[in-house]
Amino acid sequence: MGIDSLIGGTIWDEYSNKVTDLMNNPQNMGEITQEQADEMGAKLIVADFGAESCGDAVRLYWAVDPKTDKILLSKFKSFGCGTAIASSDTMAELCKDKTVDEAVKITNIDVELAMRDTPDTPAVPPQKMHCSVMAYDVIKKAAAQYKGVDMESFEEEVIVCECARVTLSTLQEVIRLNDLTTVEQIADYTKAGAFCKSCIRPGGHEEKDIYLIDLLEEYEKEKLAGKASLGNDAAPAGDFAGMTIVQRIKAVDKVVDENIRQMLVMDGGDMEILDIKENGENFDIYIRYLGACSGCASSATGTLFAIENILKEKLSDKIRVLPI
Amino acid sequence: MNVYLDNNATTMVDPQVFAEMEPYFVEKYGNPNSLHSFASQTHPGIKVAMEKIYAGINANHKDSVIITSCATESNNWVLKSIYFEYILTGKKNHIMVSEVEHPSVIATARWIESMGCKVTYLPINHEGIVDVQAVRDNITDKTALVSVMWANNETGAIFPVEEIGDICEEHGVLFHTDAVQAIGKLPVNVQGFNVDYLTFSAHKFHGPKGVGALYIKKGKELMPLLHGGSQMGGYRSGTLNVPGIVGMGKAIEAAVDALDFEMTEIRELRDDFEDELLKIEDTFVVTPRNKRTPNTILISFRGIEGESMLWDLNRAGIGASTGSACASEDLEANSVMEAIGAAEDLAHTAIRFSLSRYTTEEELEYTLDVVKKAVERLRGISSSYAYAPEGHESGLDAHHH
Repeated sequence: MGIDSLIGGTIWDEYSNKVTDLMNNPQNMGEITQEQADEMGAKLIVADFGAESCGDAVRLYWAVDPKTDKILLSKFKSFGCGTAIASSDTMAELCKDKTVDEAVKITNIDVELAMRDTPDTPAVPPQKMHCSVMAYDVIKKAAAQYKGVDMESFEEEVIVCECARVTLSTLQEVIRLNDLTTVEQIADYTKAGAFCKSCIRPGGHEEKDIYLIDLLEEYEKEKLAGKASLGNDAAPAGDFAGMTIVQRIKAVDKVVDENIRQMLVMDGGDMEILDIKENGENFDIYIRYLGACSGCASSATGTLFAIENILKEKLSDKIRVLPI
Repeated sequence: MNVYLDNNATTMVDPQVFAEMEPYFVEKYGNPNSLHSFASQTHPGIKVAMEKIYAGINANHKDSVIITSCATESNNWVLKSIYFEYILTGKKNHIMVSEVEHPSVIATARWIESMGCKVTYLPINHEGIVDVQAVRDNITDKTALVSVMWANNETGAIFPVEEIGDICEEHGVLFHTDAVQAIGKLPVNVQGFNVDYLTFSAHKFHGPKGVGALYIKKGKELMPLLHGGSQMGGYRSGTLNVPGIVGMGKAIEAAVDALDFEMTEIRELRDDFEDELLKIEDTFVVTPRNKRTPNTILISFRGIEGESMLWDLNRAGIGASTGSACASEDLEANSVMEAIGAAEDLAHTAIRFSLSRYTTEEELEYTLDVVKKAVERLRGISSSYAYAPEGHESGLDAHHH
């Protein structure tokens, strides 16, 4: 909420001047005929993506030099809104003079960046980022056609949010490391879900295989499973080994809170956990003493052994505690 | 030239209406509920305006016409009141709304549904008109309310509210109609058919924004919407919007006076404009003319995405509207186009032109000229009309959308 979300602006106000100019006068709009391609001694590629029933469709024409794989001429035709037309145009421009392999590396984000007036101001409003994705997809389609391969072969990773090009593995990692619980947090950390919002939950503009809410649910389940095993005092060592790094830190925190901290605080001290590292078959827990503990003689001997023994007993006999 | 053809969204305030409102800002600013002459000098104006508002829909003095802040408020009030009085108490368990109602009805119905009430979304037929048979088929003795708009905002399609009112009456079910698009375009007489609640809003008929109303038939009282100082008979507390009420009174009077003009002259302008538009190849209009409000055209231009068309129109100073995906926040296609089962590839190509009694022939000639040029330019860009070499797999495939 806040003042910016209280009155709707028109989406056109957020278009960059470049988007506006390209919508008014697209530079690479047009067709390449078989005859033209033949005259150039080039191979004609005509690739389509999208559909009118979805609200946007693009046809990309390439004349490719078969000897060098270089795109000699690149044209487009597009059914779509201003953003779709301007991004198709920019995409066709970016393809020029590139080899097919180079062109495949162009993403919708490159297209959006190229349409910005200033480096820091987005070229289109968030919900329109989606309209630039098609410009990227059609390149893959054209390249696949040229090379006679499946277009999926250009995508090495699973992309969950196409607008911001955020992969599945990135999302899983960020959710775990930062203990994220809401889609708003995911958007703040990764930009995934901040644009057309289709990837947040089913029922959006596009149907997806994986949604952000699925990833949050998956992480929530993992956490619950972690907690369940912690509740059991005689948790087998294998469980600690099976935990993610975040789960391990939390498990150690819990044991410190419940069994160790009190003992230290009584003597006017405290400790904090700095890191947990796997070292061969051992788990090295790095800690820092605080208050009276730092500098106390027994902190390197008796107290340390006590802490280590409690953690070993509660979590894993492979734990070693290293004060820094 | 600037041409405003988006009168189903909102209208220009009639200068006469504005003139009537003006004294109630700086001169006669008293709170009508106070006890002094500052207050009482507002009373004659309010009384005259309320009489005009009652007359505008031919309401009986024993019925209530409550002034609200907008049609959205009126619609929310009816549905939520029915929820609290009938659904939550367990007396009834079902309501019906058409699938093409305004979001203020649909979104409220979905909320009621989420609270455990059964909701039937009545389908529309290929002409964009709600199916009366579906009302008959789904009504039960547990149905609390049927809410069907009088005329659709997108297509102008006139819905059979008289018939639906009769069915409701037969089954002892309450009937609400959102008549926002009907006032000033069709004769509205609440005593002429079975209707319990009727919503309207001043800014749709050349009155000010921020003033809506809800007609409530005597004996069908709703629970109070806003609790407070008991204004509006205790149904809708809150200091009266005096200039707004005065403006609505004058506006509805003027709209009813102009109804004949709207139904003859404006209809003729609309029809001629539509004839010319339809001469452009690959176009079609939703809902037959005689089943539409006299001012509205929803037309599809094949191969041209709606926002693109608005873009070119806007560059030439013309304001129209589209329900196309790309022009909306949620990227969804025009719900009416989808509901009538228009060919899928046309769902994103609809443009709405809505006229008013201020629209002129010159404006429409100019618009027609601009539309023709826009169609030529945008079809030139469109992949729908693009060249493909022989043997090209027409692979404009519906990908994962």
